[in-house]
Order: sequence, then C-alpha cells, then structure tokens
Amino acid sequence: MAVSLNVNGSDCEVDAAEDTPLLYALRNDLGLKAARFGCGTGQCGACFVLVDGRAVASCDTPLWAAVGKRIVTLEGLGTPEHPHPLQCAVIDEQAAQCGYCLSGILISAAALLAENASPSADDVRAALDRNLCRCGSHNRLVRAVLRASGAGAG
Amino acid sequence: MNLAFRLAAGGAGDAPKLPGSLHVNRCLGQWLRFLPEGLVEVRSGKVELGQGIATALAQIVADELDVAPARVRMIPASTAASPDEAVTSGSLSVQESGTALRYACAEARAIYLEAAAARLGKPLDRLQVIDGEIVAVGGAHTSYWALADERLLDRDATGGVAPKSSHRVVGSSALRLDIPDKAFGRPRFVHDLALPGMLHGRVLRPPSPGAVLLSSDDAKVRALGAVVVRDGNFLGVLAEREEVALKALDRLRDGAAWNEPETLPDASTLADWLRAQPVETKVVAERAAADAAAPARTLRARFSRPYLAHASIGPSCALAQWQDGGLQVWCHSQGIYNLRADLALTFGLAPERIVVAHVEGAGCYGHNGADDVALDAALLARAAGGRPVRVVWSRADELAWAPFGPAMAIALEADVDATGEVLAWRHELWSNGHSSRPGRAATPTLLAAPHLERPFDRVLAINPPPAAGGGADRNAVPLYDFPARRIVNHRLLAMPLRTSALRSLGAFANVFAIESFVDELARARGEDPVAWRLRHLSDPRARAVIEAAARRAGWAGWRPRGAWGHGIGCAKYKNTGAYCAVVAEIEADREVRVRRLVVAVDVGLVINPDGVANQIEGGAIQATSWTLKETVRFDRTRVTSAAWEDYPIVKFSEVPAVEVEIVSRPDAPWVGAGEAAQGPTAAAIANAVYDALGVRVRDLPITPERIAAAD
Repeated sequence: MAVSLNVNGSDCEVDAAEDTPLLYALRNDLGLKAARFGCGTGQCGACFVLVDGRAVASCDTPLWAAVGKRIVTLEGLGTPEHPHPLQCAVIDEQAAQCGYCLSGILISAAALLAENASPSADDVRAALDRNLCRCGSHNRLVRAVLRASGAGAG
Repeated sequence: MNLAFRLAAGGAGDAPKLPGSLHVNRCLGQWLRFLPEGLVEVRSGKVELGQGIATALAQIVADELDVAPARVRMIPASTAASPDEAVTSGSLSVQESGTALRYACAEARAIYLEAAAARLGKPLDRLQVIDGEIVAVGGAHTSYWALADERLLDRDATGGVAPKSSHRVVGSSALRLDIPDKAFGRPRFVHDLALPGMLHGRVLRPPSPGAVLLSSDDAKVRALGAVVVRDGNFLGVLAEREEVALKALDRLRDGAAWNEPETLPDASTLADWLRAQPVETKVVAERAAADAAAPARTLRARFSRPYLAHASIGPSCALAQWQDGGLQVWCHSQGIYNLRADLALTFGLAPERIVVAHVEGAGCYGHNGADDVALDAALLARAAGGRPVRVVWSRADELAWAPFGPAMAIALEADVDATGEVLAWRHELWSNGHSSRPGRAATPTLLAAPHLERPFDRVLAINPPPAAGGGADRNAVPLYDFPARRIVNHRLLAMPLRTSALRSLGAFANVFAIESFVDELARARGEDPVAWRLRHLSDPRARAVIEAAARRAGWAGWRPRGAWGHGIGCAKYKNTGAYCAVVAEIEADREVRVRRLVVAVDVGLVINPDGVANQIEGGAIQATSWTLKETVRFDRTRVTSAAWEDYPIVKFSEVPAVEVEIVSRPDAPWVGAGEAAQGPTAAAIANAVYDALGVRVRDLPITPERIAAAD
C-alpha cells in the first residue's frame, strides 16, 4: 500500500502500511537517518521532525497522520553547502558529545526560532525540555541556539 | 581497566617495555601508514564513544608527524586490522593509545627522514618536515607521500625515538572530527547502517531476571510473515521490515508464558541486604600509626548508592552476518577483541573466524548493552540464511537489561582526638563487582549466554585489579594525610541484578562518602571545609585544584542567603589520574536545584582544552543527575524502571551552569578527563545541601523524601 508524503519539500510515496510509524518510513524507506529511535513513545525527542512547523515525535506518528502535512527532517533544515544557522552554531559551540540526541534537539530549536526569533536562555531551556540528552551537552546546546538566533534564524 | 587490566594480569611477556599500548602492539605498521594521495591512515584500538578521542588522537599524530590535522584519517577499529587495545575505558585512551601513537609516529617520522636523506643524498640534519613535505636545505624535497611504502613501517617499534617536547596542534581546541556529520544528520551511527538484503531482528527478553520460558505461540507471529527464532529461553523475531518486526515482537510477547520466581532483594532495605550477603573480602590498603594515640572518640557514618542505569539516549544496536561459517559483527562495543573472544566461546568458533567492527553508537558511559546486542544479532542472524540482521533494543530493555552500575553500601569510621583531628580512618564497602566485561574468562559474560538451550553459567561480576584502578574500591583510599587507615572491600557473591562498569566505577560512591564525611569532620571542628582539606593534603596538585575551584567560585566571599548553600568535593581519579575539585551552589526549596558548578581540573598535559572542558561539563551534569534523581527501581520479581517516566534524568530546565577551569600542567603526563568529575560533583552537592538545610543525606539519590527522612 503506497502512502503519499511531503518530506523536505518533495512529494514522495512510501510503500508501507498506514499505521507504520513515520520514523521507520523516513529512515528505512527514504534513507533519511537524522531522526533517530530513542524510546518509541515520544518521551525523549531523538526522533523529532517538524510537522507543519511543530516538533513532533516521528516514532509515535503513524503515516496516516502525516499525510497532507509538510514534514521537515534535520536534513531538510540545511546542508553543508547551505547550512541552517543552528547547524553552524552547533559546530561553532562544539555543542555535542555523542550527538545521538542532536537531530531532535535542533528540530525543537528550529520550531522555537520560527516562533520567537530572539528567545532568552530560559525560553530555550523550556523549548528543549521535551528532549533528553545523556552526555550533558545541555549548556552548549543552549548557547548554540542563542548564537543561531543572533545570526538571524527564524 | 583495559591495557592496564591486561598488564596487571600478566602483560606482554618479557619483551622490553614500550610506551602505552605499543607494548602489546609492537609493529609500527599496525598504527599508521602513509598514502600516496597525501594522507596518513591511523589505526587506534580505542573507539569513539562521543568523548572526542578520535580528534585528540589525530592531534597527537599531526604534531608528531608534522602534518596538517586534515591529512590524518582515523580508521574505525576492527579486529580485521586494528591494534588490540582491549577496552576503551578507565579514562585511559590518551595514556594508552595516545602515548603509543606519539612514539610510533615519532619513530615513523625518523624512518621516513632516513629514507628521504638517502633519496635526496642529503644529511639528516639538513632535512625538515613541513606538512608532510620533507625539504632539504637548498630546496631539494620529497615527502611522506612520495616515499609511501608500507615495508618501511613493517618493523617493531624500539621506543627509542623521543617524541617532541613542544607542541603545535596538541594543546589547541581543534574542532571535533565527528560533529559536522551529526549537525547535518548524516548517517554515522551503527543504527544508521543498512546493508543489502538486511533483515530486522528484535529480541523478546524475559519479563524478569529469573524468568524461565514455559511456552510460546508462534502462529500469530508467522501470520505477519515474520520468523521466530528460539534457543532455550532466548526468543526473537526476524522480519523484512522494521515495523513488522516490532509488531511480531508484540505478538510473541503476548503469546509467551513464563515462570517468574522472586529473585530480587527488597529495594527499600537495599543497603542492609548488601551487608548481609556472602562476600569475598579484601583489604585494599592498611597503614598503622607509628605511635598510636588513644582516640577521644570514634565517629561513624554509613553511605549508599542505588543501582544506576546507563540510560543512553540511543538503545544498543548491532548488525551481524554469517557467511561460510564465519561471523561478521558491526557494533558499538568498547572492546572489539574482548567481544570477539566471548562470541568465539559462545559459538565454539575460532576467534579468527569472527570479525568485530566498531561503528559509533550513542553515548557510552561504561559497559552497557553494546556487547550483549552483538550476541543477540549473531544469534538471530543464524536463522537469516546468510543475510545480515540488524537488532535494536527497546527502551525498556535498554533500561532494564543492560548491566547496571552496582548498588553500594559504605561504612566510614574516624578515630579522632579531643580536638577532632583524625587519628585513624576506616572505610568498609559492600558491592557487587564492577566488571562483567567480556573477553576475560572461560565463560562468556554476554546477556543471552545463560538463556540458551545449552546455557552458560551466569558469571559473577569481578573487580579490576588495584593496578588498573580497582573496581568497587576505586578511590576508596583517601588522599588525605591520616596517620592510620584501613580500607576493606567486600565483593558480593550473589548477583540478582547483573552489574558492570559505569563511569568512574566505585569512585562515584566512595568519593561521595569520603568527601561527605570529611565535611562532617571539618564542621564538627568548626573549620572551613576548604581550609580543612588544604590542611590535610600534602599533594600540591590536589591543593591547586581545590584552591582554583574555591577562588573561581568566590568561596571565601560566600554569604549565606535563604535556602542557598555551597559545598566542595575533590578527588584524584583512581588515585593516579586527573585531579578534580568541584564547588556546588544549590537552592533547596521544595526540591534541590543545583544552580552552579565550578570545576577545576588538572589532567596533566592537555591535548584539547575544549575537549577536556566538554568531558568535564558532561560528567558534572550527568553526576548531578545521578545524585539528585536516579535509582533503578524493582520489586521482588521485575525491574520496574523500564521507561523514561520511571527513570528520570536531568532535563534542560534543571541543568546547572557549569564553569570549568583547567589547571595547566604542560610538564606532567597526560591523563584522561572523562570520569574525573563524577565523585567530586556528588559530594559537592551533598555538602551544599547540608550547608543550606543542616541535613546530611548519606543515601543517594538526594530526593525530597530522603531529605525529610534524614532530618
């Protein structure tokens, strides 16, 4: 059964059951590996993608619920040639250790900056509170988001 | 505990001593080779765990060879080609691998200079190396790349070429090599690896540690087109698509019946349980006073920590493929050769028939499920007809089935004179062993091995030897100059929950206990805790980190206010590694909020200052989480903290500000930074809680309930 999706600005078809979690279609069918499995229940944020501009757990979103929506993964935010300010800021701030949580955190941050171009540090912490990081890169990530906002993201 | 572990256990025979891991991997060509296209390929046996070791090692190589860092290619470790450096653990990678590479590169550089001298017909002392170009006075030149010939390095190292004394790349905050991939979401993790024809595997772990499978119903699984794999108590599924494998797993779980005996202790009296078990007892250190004065009194305190979970954000994952009776595994193990040894034992194969290749996993803080999932993948792949299989653990299995950091109970005693000065110090601890790592015994320690139709015995966790930093007893010997001391370690001979190495091993709880107790001793004398510590430390490097942390935090100018408190903790990791002092500032309202951590650290010669700061910040934040929030929960049958809501860790809104000050010691040998902050952070927070509330919490984690109970 083919399901039609719009991912990173392109229409595509995925040959999977409608109740398949979006995460597996992105990773296994579309080869987009940025969203990552962490818990399967939307509690950690590692699998976050933008769905119509909101940071959403793709592990917990069936394909049928994503039909007709604009889905953006970290790959769709920017590339090495055309990076999103958040991606530059993460490198500038060396804001990662293992980086497994990073994709989902940047998605949450992108959603924040789209709504609030000049957030405070507390705004950033609140916006990232649905994302877990185990290595303790939190403060660097907050600095990266603030740096990106200063660069005029959103 | 890795190379150090092996050397402590007998080492590399009678061969002359070579620096670091070069001692047991002596051929220069194992470590590096030059490529004609202007690159140097470097093979380390240490693996990237998110700690930035690949970047640090590349910096060392660039300096010794006089090449730009961009020319260095760090090759992921594999048993097919990498030096055997045992396990990436114990904060030893720069000591073991960095030192080996430093000397191997110095010698390789000298060998290539000799070859260049012959090629150019110039004396050696007229040659210099500029980014790999070998230039003679007068302009004649060649290069590593033009001379590239593997035979030149196909020889054993002598260790006789002195490495450089001044550094250019070492000491700079070079950018991490792996972060761009991660910032752009490019495939990098083992979870992202997709091989042609790959099947998706999932394992149905038993519902509890003691569960025995009574029956299973495969029909509903097969209706999905999935395959059931059973080997004794080991059950799993294979499917073409990942979401189908997950559905199949749910159906397999629904159709399985288990007998679940009560095998777990009473969690509410865990410390008492630890002290009541059969044990193997070792005296870790003992020193009697030359002229023992009679104590005026003896002060006593008991401390404990619970079982802790690794709780990595990415669950354990591995791929495996059987071809022609041989096995290939891709995984995020910390010790690829050690894992290979246990896979060989499990399958009755010669180790040479197995290749274990490292691919990065999510953050690794010790012996997690990385080795276990590799066996899971290999077991499932036996039913895959030569196709590769990828297995990813569930969140529940990651939290409930990866080895735990062991629970510990600690009893401290100090004999003091009439003025409260310590005459004798006693430290007694009860804990399971802190290592169940594979590759060290005749029985595999991998999770599924005892579940198989022909089961292997469950192996009790051991402690690494003292020469490798010890396990439960790590940092149990205080740094302070006490006239007499006695340190005793009781290793439990019962292990209801599988335990192994978690970041800093016993040091976290031992330093928490020691540094809490000395805070009590200082306060009992009415003495400032910083002054007390400085007065009892003769090691100038220990004193220096305490002074640096206190100065930066403004310790002397602290003014008590409201529910705020401050506290200090310090340690020299493993008593041989990094010095670290932490000042914590907390606010204790309805719950404890850590607002600021100031950390001073001395790791000797610093390879990458920002890398050190990153490790220390991360360690301090993780230790804050352990100290305030974390405990593995269980009833008498099952581990019940199998979801994030039951095993909370610190969130963005709860993370303290962390300031790191590196005390520079360019003339001291480099040591690792990854585990230095764990114990001092816990102690600093506990001491700050006392400062704020006048309540001494001696059982971790420091929750509102514990504060109320400690009143």
